[in-house]
Amino acid sequence: MNPFFLLGRGFLKILSDCGGIFLFFLKSLIYSLSPPYRIRLLVKHMEFIGVKSWLVVILTSLFSGMVTAYQVNIALAKVGSQSILGGVVALTLTRELGPVLTAVVVIARAGSAISAELGSMRITEQIDALKIMAVNPIQYLMSPRLWAAIFVLPLLTAIADLVGIAGGYFIGTFLLHIDPGLLTARMIDMVELKDIMSGIIKSIFFGAYLVTVCGYKGFYASGGAEGVGKATTEAVVISTVGILVSDYILTTLFF
Amino acid sequence: MITIKELKKSFDGFEVLKGVNLTIPENKVTFIMGQSGTGKSVLLKHIVGLLKPDSGEIWFENKDITKLSEKELQKVRRKIGFLFQEGALFDSMTVKENVMFPLKEHFKMSKAEMEKVTEELLSAVDLLPAKDKYPSELSGGMKKRAALARTLALKPQIVLFDEPTTGLDPILQVSILELIKNLKEKYNLTCVIVSHDLGLAFKFADYIAFLHGGIIIEIGTPKEIKTSTHEFIKKFIKSALL
Repeated sequence: MNPFFLLGRGFLKILSDCGGIFLFFLKSLIYSLSPPYRIRLLVKHMEFIGVKSWLVVILTSLFSGMVTAYQVNIALAKVGSQSILGGVVALTLTRELGPVLTAVVVIARAGSAISAELGSMRITEQIDALKIMAVNPIQYLMSPRLWAAIFVLPLLTAIADLVGIAGGYFIGTFLLHIDPGLLTARMIDMVELKDIMSGIIKSIFFGAYLVTVCGYKGFYASGGAEGVGKATTEAVVISTVGILVSDYILTTLFF
Repeated sequence: MITIKELKKSFDGFEVLKGVNLTIPENKVTFIMGQSGTGKSVLLKHIVGLLKPDSGEIWFENKDITKLSEKELQKVRRKIGFLFQEGALFDSMTVKENVMFPLKEHFKMSKAEMEKVTEELLSAVDLLPAKDKYPSELSGGMKKRAALARTLALKPQIVLFDEPTTGLDPILQVSILELIKNLKEKYNLTCVIVSHDLGLAFKFADYIAFLHGGIIIEIGTPKEIKTSTHEFIKKFIKSALL
């Protein structure tokens, strides 16, 4: 087959997916503004996306903070600037690692589940059944999930920041024997509110993005059980890559 | 009454419906029959607006359903119920929760009232003992009855059945159709049933419509269909009686 044809078809598929995902996000958002307001579902999804993810987020961020401190210390030791270790670790976590790792953990744990659940509902005609019962399926299935992710991701990110910094602090003081007072002082000196807020704002965007992509892929799944598997894989890949790409773009916008 | 005019629908260039014309009479049981893959379910899904036609009209209460927006369609769908082939029950809910779902969504009722209506509906389909079971714990026939109770919760005027007896043994097939017939009398329903089973259609239908080659080739009472001179119908009846 002509390679230009394949390239063009691939490009059109990406464009069509981007447009579809954006429209899906707009519909989820707009439908959430009109009644019925599904508070009970919102709380249920907040529990699923947030409460059930906190342990994984804590473990991931703790060890990321620890390994960051350990590796950064090696680099700083070469230029004799180990005193700023606390600040560097805190900046890395609040600006980048906290929101990105949290989003990736939530994609793996909740995003994939959302995609698989909606995909399964699609192929067993449960989404059509909602329509038949005069219930807007996007408003019922997606709007509460969208807001749940928007509310919960910043909270999880704040936990990840705190735990990651604590991990770095632990390595700095107990393993690398840096003075705790100096470590804390540099942290306070170097980290500004803007750094923390940039991470939190990123996490709001990531929450909306990952739920929309995972929901979209599941909602429009086709082709039986194999199709659900394919949709879930695509959802995880697209949302993870998208988080990393958009993190770069947002970072250049913030700083 | 539903009137379908010149309905056409293609999928990937393959024309499934080539100009269907059909009038579905009120308070009657109409069977839509034909071979597998002739577009019977596609036709049914057009009636509730799950599919949009390439051209043609579907008239219900002086409105062309094919031209309605999704919001307007929601009002129509409260009057037209649809029973999916596999039931399409919500697998995360029990039978009772499934039946209560449309009540919660559309009626302002107290919890006690909702429970009462739900139990009435489950009794009507003889499924009250299974009210706390999940769909995965039900047999095929029970799933269809549960789905029927959920469909009736919205008090529709018309119920469309997509192959309600497929996959069931002959005794269950008859019991499901007897149930449909009884509920039709009780709730004054118009029923449209897609099926392959000619024997059941002759026993339960008021009218039978044959879909063949993308068009309705004949509609009539079971007696008229039995004496049809159309070659395809004669062949269909002969094959069914073998």
